[in-house]
Amino acid sequence: MANQDDIALMAHLMRRAGFGASRDELEARAAKGYEATVEELLDPESQPPVDPYELLRYQPAALLPGGQPPMGNVNYMYYLVGTKRPLQEKMALFWHHVLATGNSKVDNYDQLLEQIELFRNDGMGNYRDLLLKIAKNPTMIFWLDNNQNHGTAVNENWGRELLELFSLGAGNYTETDVREASRAFTGWTFETKIPRLPYGRFPWKFEYRPEDHDDGVKEFLGHRGHLNGEDIIDIIVQQPACARFICRHLYNFFVADEPQVPAWSLEQPRDPPAIDAMAKAFRDSNFEIRPVLRLLFNSDFFKNARYKHLKSPAEVVVGTLRLVGGYELPKPGYGELSMQPSYMGQDLLNPPSVEGWHTGSEWINSGSLMARINFVADRIGDQSLPGVRAIIGRLKAKGNLAPDQLVSECLDLLGPIDVRPDTRKELTDQAKQWGQLSWDSEPNAQTAAQRATQMMQLIVATREYQFA
Amino acid sequence: MAAAQKVPVLVVVQLTGGNDYLNTVIPYNNTLYQDNRKAVGIPESQILAIDNEYGLPQYMAPMKKIWDEGKLAIMHGVGYLDSPRSHFRSMDIWHTCEADKVGTEGWLGRVVREFDPKKENVVTAVSFGPCLFRALAVPGVPVACVAGALENYGFLPNIQEPTQRQQVLDRFSRMYQPIEGSGVMDYLGTTGLDSLRGADILKVAPSLYKASVQYPNTSIASKLRGIAQVHLAGLGTRVFYCDHGSFDSHAGQNPLHAKLWTDVTEGLDAFMTDLRQHDAADNVIVLMFSEFGRRVRDNGSGTDHGAAGATFVFGDKVKGGHYGEYPSLAAERLVQGDLNPNMDFRGIYSTILDKWLKVNPVPIVNGSYEQQAFLN
Repeated sequence: MANQDDIALMAHLMRRAGFGASRDELEARAAKGYEATVEELLDPESQPPVDPYELLRYQPAALLPGGQPPMGNVNYMYYLVGTKRPLQEKMALFWHHVLATGNSKVDNYDQLLEQIELFRNDGMGNYRDLLLKIAKNPTMIFWLDNNQNHGTAVNENWGRELLELFSLGAGNYTETDVREASRAFTGWTFETKIPRLPYGRFPWKFEYRPEDHDDGVKEFLGHRGHLNGEDIIDIIVQQPACARFICRHLYNFFVADEPQVPAWSLEQPRDPPAIDAMAKAFRDSNFEIRPVLRLLFNSDFFKNARYKHLKSPAEVVVGTLRLVGGYELPKPGYGELSMQPSYMGQDLLNPPSVEGWHTGSEWINSGSLMARINFVADRIGDQSLPGVRAIIGRLKAKGNLAPDQLVSECLDLLGPIDVRPDTRKELTDQAKQWGQLSWDSEPNAQTAAQRATQMMQLIVATREYQFA
Repeated sequence: MAAAQKVPVLVVVQLTGGNDYLNTVIPYNNTLYQDNRKAVGIPESQILAIDNEYGLPQYMAPMKKIWDEGKLAIMHGVGYLDSPRSHFRSMDIWHTCEADKVGTEGWLGRVVREFDPKKENVVTAVSFGPCLFRALAVPGVPVACVAGALENYGFLPNIQEPTQRQQVLDRFSRMYQPIEGSGVMDYLGTTGLDSLRGADILKVAPSLYKASVQYPNTSIASKLRGIAQVHLAGLGTRVFYCDHGSFDSHAGQNPLHAKLWTDVTEGLDAFMTDLRQHDAADNVIVLMFSEFGRRVRDNGSGTDHGAAGATFVFGDKVKGGHYGEYPSLAAERLVQGDLNPNMDFRGIYSTILDKWLKVNPVPIVNGSYEQQAFLN
């Protein structure tokens, strides 16, 4: 059987590379080994995909939800909760943060979900190819007005964000570069959108219009020629700033919270050697994401970063639902459930701007903190849920529980979580009020189960639990 | 009691989803109305005329009563230039008063900061809805957000047994004590304690409250009842916020619109009566808005996203009447089939800020906008 350290490390990996895992799963994975688990996560095709027909059966309106929440959110939440390919789904969420597009403008969840599917399929592949695909993605084109970027009248929205937010970061290009990049993407548009009514829904399609493309000579980051969009992307990925920018994003998402992106041109990364190592792997592999992730998850800087990342609302909600179980099928009520991250400040498929969401402590305000604590506490306090029953079963197997044992066991089964001594003292004092828990009679067992869930509710309400 | 001191209070009712202006304030004598509303038009027999030109649908009868009392101001053609017709973007603009970029501060959050810069009263603003509305969100400004029933408001609502609950919340409070120099942990501590204090203060409200009015059993009525409870408890709350919806009536509009407005207006009727019976109505005004109106021509069973809408302000101190002009329904005057906005919503906010809440509107709504004369 795996020892405690192996379990704790595996729990850390699964919280970050996925959305957490039950203790049964952690034990099975720890037995298989850490590196083997990393390899499995990096090879999502080894696991079955989510079954879209189940979604169709329970929530037919979620298949092509049009512009309406919460059906777009239902679709996405079903994949997040049900996936057996957690890293694939986590990487799709990562790209949704970085290459952010939102329903506020797109007003078409079908298109946003198609983009998420692109991130699922290509999110761990080659970054250069992904950037090219997103440049041709009609949702992105519409979101950043590249359909208004004409040979005779340049619109710089896409060109600018491509450099500032999607690849290099501010300070690594000039205004002339923005202009020239934008010129290179003139004529990259999509076929005329067919109005939704009365014809029904038609997917948007990329279209290149050579007659609307400015084929003149351009100078971009030291290169000169009749550059087209694809040339621009090839030049971008060769820039040292590109590798550092993408790797810093990966570090912020998977390892530990960095300042918000606009500060990156001013503030150094918290761990420059880690960024250097990741950037080298990125460039050595010709911009493949997978080798960077392999390096990251196997590194000491990752393994030592437990609870250095404030959970995003998606991580809170999905992690909780996967822990307590019972939400695998998109049953009635799923609509409200899928809006929970929005209530905590992360409206999935609708980030506040092209900059994506601000992360770290910016997730927290007086409303969102109460929303996240109460959401988790409600679920962890519900003994009808299979995951909660499983935790109680494990506690029961330990026999009678003295107060400090109850605290230790609950902290262990919910993490394992390390809490500050002050926090631990409060938890233990509460357990002492209840005295020793025993399971030897039906009424005692009921009381013990109730006390155990109350202890877990108190634990999920701690500051420490807000971190992953 | 603070309510007795009669400090001006603002209640915002957000009609989420885009309320259909044309079927709310109906230009019933305009043949263009009938021409464009073949499927969802409201027949004259079901319209309560408020004058020779306009009427409210029967299912908004309580609003007619407020109109007859001279306390309902109807703002016409409300919106802003280049309306984006997207729910989220539009709502964002209404919330942050930033039409050209994504704002980071809500207009009412700024008002709260102005009223209470030292965070002495964490219930200066109380929101009744599923989340912190962007209108109230400003980093570091505490706002109490009541997501369910006020009676259950607070952390860990499902630990209910009073002794257990008190013990657990005491522990919560001790676990969230500030930790100097710890950055995020300290910030979490402050935020947690602010929320806990807000919950502590608000929980007295239901017990102080003596109901004299029967509120309907609807979600909006229970939110309004919660607002009445907090207002009557005299906790110093200056801004209340609640929402109802969804008014996004692309299909099957008529029964949907009727149900939504019945619920809203009956709830408001109970609310205003309740406040009056407690002599606590004359320091309250209600602002009721939606993020946009809907397309002039119906689509066969509903209406699509439009531009200009109607905004209501009412209360005992409000000068009732029409403000602004109903935008023309003539085809050549429409913008992409929609009524063209001719009154900027920020002018309505500015009036309320200047004349009612007595704060300088310019930094709050990001500029100077023409005010309307519905307040003295």
